[in-house]
Amino acid sequence: MAHIEVAKERCKACELCTTACPFGLLRLSDDYNSAGDHYIVQDNPEKCIGCKLCAIQCPDTVIEVYK
Amino acid sequence: MEQKIYGLPEGMNDKKTSFCPGCSHMAAYRTIVESLNELNERDNAVIVRPIGCSLNADYSFDIHAIQSMHGRASAVATGVARMHPEKTVLAYQGDGDAHSIGIAECLYAANRGEKMTCIVINNSVYGMTGGQMSGTTLLGQRTTTGIREFDNQGAPIHVAEMIAQLEAPGYVARAALYTPKDIMQAKKFMVKALRCQKELGKYSYIELLSFCPTNWGVKPVDCIKYAQENVLPVYPVGELKTCF
Repeated sequence: MAHIEVAKERCKACELCTTACPFGLLRLSDDYNSAGDHYIVQDNPEKCIGCKLCAIQCPDTVIEVYK
Repeated sequence: MEQKIYGLPEGMNDKKTSFCPGCSHMAAYRTIVESLNELNERDNAVIVRPIGCSLNADYSFDIHAIQSMHGRASAVATGVARMHPEKTVLAYQGDGDAHSIGIAECLYAANRGEKMTCIVINNSVYGMTGGQMSGTTLLGQRTTTGIREFDNQGAPIHVAEMIAQLEAPGYVARAALYTPKDIMQAKKFMVKALRCQKELGKYSYIELLSFCPTNWGVKPVDCIKYAQENVLPVYPVGELKTCF
């Protein structure tokens, strides 16, 4: 069982991590953070295997991976 | 019990930087900090940064830093490396900096074989000053100062290949920061470059191909495809000279 945590205040909505997830679990939220950007949220968190690819792809290291 | 397996490395803080969305600079810094941590050299390292987008990361990591003039990071790093031979000295430059304005300092520091590592972020434009054409701009690429044509500006310059044929440098490589696979490869090269400097006392050069979504005029998600189609055929990734 693995899960990710997104530091949503630092997310800049570049969406690069959505290209990295092998299951396509990541998408932009409908909500905004204080900078006015959409942030990354995870659909179906039970499918996450903790491969770290999204966190490595994220230039700002917004994503933390727990496994 | 779940444990944290990936996140900000030790030595980087969670301050929000002023880089554009999708910019590869922080991925480059993370690669450097992770590599220094792996070699247990972070407290012993000095990073020299010239003018350019690299300045925006001023307070986001915990490495001794010096600010130099535009293009002169390799010259300042030479001074630090000669005064403090026990330090791990890094020059963190951009392509407009190391390959255009400061090409003399960059090439001659390599030719002298200074005990330092030169890290060049190549995004094929001047980033901070507003997307002007640099020495590494691709043929046909649109910049704010015009479209590069062979007849007017010549072909993009390949500094890594030039340094690789010099006698003194120990390790020369070019890596990309496009996909997770590329970033992992870049980290492997970075560790080798730092080891070459530390263990053999030689000059290392590593060029990191990166995105500039703002000045390319490409959305960050489309940058991966754009870069793989346009940049990688011109700048092939790999080790050009190795000492291990």
